[in-house]
Amino acid sequence: MSAVKQMLGGNIRQYGIVGALFAIVLIFQFLTDGKLLLPNNVASLIQQNAYVMILAAGMVIVIIAGHIDLSVGSIVGFIGGVVAIMMQHWGWPWWLAILAGLALGAVVGTWQGFWVAYVGVPAFIVTLAGWLAFRGLAILLVGVTVSIGTQPQFVAISNGSIANFLGYIDNRDVVTLVIGALVIALMVFSQLRSRRIMQSHGLAVEPAVAVWARLAVLTVLVAFFAWTLAGSRGGTPIVLIIVGIVIVTYSFVTRRTVFGRNVYAMGGNLQGAMLSGVDTKKMNFFIFVNIGFLASIAAVVTTSKAGAAVGSAGNLYELDAIAACFIGGTSVSGGIGRISGVMVGALIMGVLNIGLSILQVDPAWQQVLKGLVLLLAVAFDLNAKRRAGTR
Amino acid sequence: MSYTTTPYSAQPSAPHAETILEMRSITKTFPGVIALQDVNLAVRKGEIHAICGENGAGKSTLMKVLSGVYPHGTYDGSIVFEGSPVQFRNIRDSEHHGIVIIHQELALSPYLSIAENLFLGNERSSRGVIDWNKTNAEATKLLAQVGLKDSPETRIYDIGVGKQQLVEIAKALSKDVKLLILDEPTAALNDEDSAHLLGLIETLRQRGITSIIISHKLAEIIRIADRTTVIRDGRTIKTLDMKADAVTEEVLIRSMVGREMGSRFPTRTPNIGSEVLRVEDWTVHHPIQQDRKVVDNASITVRRGEVVGLAGLMGAGRTEFAMSVFGRAYGTRITGRVIKDGKDVTPHSVGAAIDVGIAYATEDRKRYGLNLLTDIKRNIASASLKKVSKYGVVDGGAEAKVAERYRTEMNIKAPNVDVVTGNLSGGNQQKVVLSKWIYTDADVLILDEPTRGIDVGAKYEIYTIINDLASAGKAIIMISSELPELLGMCDRIYAISEGRVTGEVLREDANEETLMRYMTMENDTDQEVAR
Ligand SMILES: Nc1ncnc2c1ncn2[C@@H]1O[C@H](COP(=O)(O)OP(=O)(O)OP(=O)(O)O)[C@@H](O)[C@H]1O
Ligand SMILES: [Mg+2]
Repeated sequence: MSAVKQMLGGNIRQYGIVGALFAIVLIFQFLTDGKLLLPNNVASLIQQNAYVMILAAGMVIVIIAGHIDLSVGSIVGFIGGVVAIMMQHWGWPWWLAILAGLALGAVVGTWQGFWVAYVGVPAFIVTLAGWLAFRGLAILLVGVTVSIGTQPQFVAISNGSIANFLGYIDNRDVVTLVIGALVIALMVFSQLRSRRIMQSHGLAVEPAVAVWARLAVLTVLVAFFAWTLAGSRGGTPIVLIIVGIVIVTYSFVTRRTVFGRNVYAMGGNLQGAMLSGVDTKKMNFFIFVNIGFLASIAAVVTTSKAGAAVGSAGNLYELDAIAACFIGGTSVSGGIGRISGVMVGALIMGVLNIGLSILQVDPAWQQVLKGLVLLLAVAFDLNAKRRAGTR
Repeated sequence: MSYTTTPYSAQPSAPHAETILEMRSITKTFPGVIALQDVNLAVRKGEIHAICGENGAGKSTLMKVLSGVYPHGTYDGSIVFEGSPVQFRNIRDSEHHGIVIIHQELALSPYLSIAENLFLGNERSSRGVIDWNKTNAEATKLLAQVGLKDSPETRIYDIGVGKQQLVEIAKALSKDVKLLILDEPTAALNDEDSAHLLGLIETLRQRGITSIIISHKLAEIIRIADRTTVIRDGRTIKTLDMKADAVTEEVLIRSMVGREMGSRFPTRTPNIGSEVLRVEDWTVHHPIQQDRKVVDNASITVRRGEVVGLAGLMGAGRTEFAMSVFGRAYGTRITGRVIKDGKDVTPHSVGAAIDVGIAYATEDRKRYGLNLLTDIKRNIASASLKKVSKYGVVDGGAEAKVAERYRTEMNIKAPNVDVVTGNLSGGNQQKVVLSKWIYTDADVLILDEPTRGIDVGAKYEIYTIINDLASAGKAIIMISSELPELLGMCDRIYAISEGRVTGEVLREDANEETLMRYMTMENDTDQEVAR
C-alpha cells in the first residue's frame, strides 16, 4: 500500500486525469452499448483527433512559457489551402507540396515569433492578428473548396492504414500487433534504463514494485489498444504513426533538452530565467517557429482527412488544443505542464467527440458538454493542488 | 521611572499577566516532512514574544497554523485565544479574532496606492461605491500612527521595502489587531528602517497590542522581546524570559543550534593573487527615468582570492551596479568597461557574463533567484545547463548527482533534490540560490546579501563556503547591509553613496564609523580622496 502511495505521491494530478479518461471511456462504453470501443471506432477516434494532439504538443510549450497562441486554426486553413493549390493548380507532386507546406509553417512561425520575441508585442495580440489574417488569406486563396481527389497518396495520410504485409492472425492485422509489441518493449526498456542510471549515480529511486506495477498497467493498456486496432478495417492508421512520432519527440524535447528546460524556467520565473543566462528572446522566437511548424503538420492531416481544402478548415482548432492543454493539467499561468498529460487531455476531448456522435447528440449539446468538462477538469486541478498544500 | 532600579517593584508588564494565546501540542506534517512536532507556545497579553530557531525549524509554519493559512483539520493540536478554543478555517477567520500576520514575503498589490492597499478587502464605501475622501482621510490617520509621511495616494511600487513594511502594519491596525505576527520583518531592511520598525512595535506594546516576531537578527530580539521561544527541528526547546534570565546572544545561539558556537566569523588567511576583474568608469541610468544616473562613474577591482565588500545604504546603487555589470541585467545607457584578466570583456547579455566567468547571486531570491515551481535539482543546474548537457540534451542523472552533492555540502534541509523549491524554508531557498551560482564555477562571484534571512548557524556555514571559495582562488564581491558582516569577512571594502564610490578601506583600517562616514557622503560635498 505504501509503495502504491509513494508511486502516486507527486503524481496524484497526473493519475487523476488518467482516472477521468477511464471513467469517461467506461461511461460511453456503457451508454453506446459497447460501440465506443469497437475497432473501427477506435481507429476513427485517432483519425479524427490527430490534429488536436499535434497542435496541443506545440500549444503546451507555448502555454508553459507563459504565452498563448490563438492563430493555429487559421494557419491550418491557410497552409491547407496552399498545399492543395500546389498539388491541384500547380501540379506539384504530393510529397513536394507537403515539404513546401511544412516549410511555410516554419515561415509563418518565424513571422509571429519575430513580433513576439523581438518587437515585444504580447503573444495574445500577435496571434489574434494572425487568427484574423491567416483566416482571411485562407478564404482568399481557396474560395470555397479546392478538391484534392486526384491525389490518393495524400488523401491516404489521414484516411488510410499501414499496408498489411504480414497477414492476419485470428482476423487481427499482424503489423499492428508487432507495432504494439515494439512499443511495449521500448517502454519497459526506457523505464528500467532510467531507473538504473539513477541508481548508478547513487540516487534515490522509486521502489521496484512501483515501477513494475506501472509497467504492467501500461503494458495491458497498450496491448489492449493494439489488439483492438488490429481488428479494425485497415489496422494501424497512418496518422497514428505521425502522432506517435510527435508525442515521442516532444516528450523528449520538453523533458530532456536544454530548450525544454529553458521553456519551463521562463514560465516559472521569467526574470529569474533571464538572470540565469537564458536568451529569452531567442527562446520565444523558436517557441513560435515550432508551433507554426506543428500547425503545418496539422494542416496536412486536416486537408487529407477532408479530401479537400476548405476556406473554413481548422476553424476553432486553437480552442481544442488549448482545452486539451488545460484539461491535461497545464498551468494557466505557465511553468507547469506535461506532454503526457496534454495527450490524455486530448483523448478525453476525442472520446467525448466520438462518443457523443455515436449517441447522435445534437452538436450544440456536444459543445455544452465539452465546455462543462473543461471547467470541471480545471476546477478539479485547482482543488487537487490546494489539498496537496502547495499554496 | 525609579521602579526599574528596585527589584521588588511592579514591572510594566506584570510577570503573571494573563495569557492571550496558547498553542497546545501542534503537529503539522507535509508529504515526507514533519514540520512541527508537539509544539507548545504560550503568549502573554501585551508582550513582545520572539520566536527563533534555525532555517527550516518550523517558525513560519507555526505562524501559518496560528493564522489559519493552514486551516483547522490540516494539523493536530489545539489553539486557545483569549480563553476560548478557536478553529480557524482561513485567514479571514483569524483576522476576525484580531490576529493579523505579516508574512515573510510582503503581500501588497504593487500598482495600487497605499490607501487602496490599506483597505483592500475592507473598502471604505457606501453602496459599493468607494468613498475616496473617507478612504484617504482614514489612511492618513493610520499612516501617522506608524510614522509614515507619504501621501496615501502613492503607489506601493514607488516606495521602498521599509515603508512597505510600515504599510502592512498600518493595514493590521485598521483591522483592530490584538495579536500582530511579524515573520522576519527586518530581513530586508537597513539599520535605520529596522530601528524605526522596532520602535513602532514597542509603541504598539504600550497600546496593549501583543506581538509575535520571528527574526534571525538576535541583537534585535534581545533589544525588544519580553520572552523568546526557541524552536529546533520542529520542536519547542524552551521559552526564555529575556529580562529575568538575562539572556545574551550566546545563550540564544546555544539553544538554537544545540551546541556552543565560537566566533561569528570563520578565520581565513588571505592569499591574494593577481587582479581578476576591473570595472572602469561604470555609469548606469535608470531604466525608466533615463536621465537619472543610478551608478555614477564607479570603478572597482577585485583580485584572486580576495573578498571585497560593497557597503552602502539602501538605494545607494550597489545592487544596480552589480546587476548592470552582470551582462546589463539592469539599467539603460550603460557606459564603462569590464576588464577580466587584462582583457576587455564587457558583457552585453547575462549569458555572455556567465560565459566570461562572472556570477551574480541575487538578493531577491523569489523574484530573481529561483523558479519556485520546480525542484531543487533543476534550479541548481539552471545557470549551468551547458555543464550537464550534451548536444542540447540534458543528462538527468548527472544533474541530480550534482544537486545531491550541493544538498549535502550546503546542508540544504530537504529529504531529496526532487523537492519543489517553493516548499523550502526561506533560508534553504537561499542555499539553493548560492549552490546554483557556485556550480557555474565562475571566477568572480558577486553575492548580493548572501545571508539575508539565514540563521546564525547557517550564516557561519555560508561564511565558511565564501572563505573556501576565496581560498580556492575565486574573487568574491560581497554586498551586505550588515556592517559587522562586511567587517568580519572582507579584505577590502568599497563604500558607495548615491551611485558613486566614495571610499575604499582596507580590512585593518575598517570600522563602522569610517564606513558610515563614506556611506553617507552627499554628492555635493567634496569627495575625500580615497585612500
Ligand atoms: N508547503 C510545504 N510543503 C512541504 N514542506 C514544507 C512546506 N512548507 C514548509 N515545509 C517544510 O517545513 C519545514 C519548516 O519550514 P518553515 O518555513 O516553517 O521554516 P522556518 O523556521 O520559517 O525557516 P526560515 O528561517 O528559513 O524561514 C521545512 O523543512 C520546510 O521545507
Ligand atoms: Mg520562515
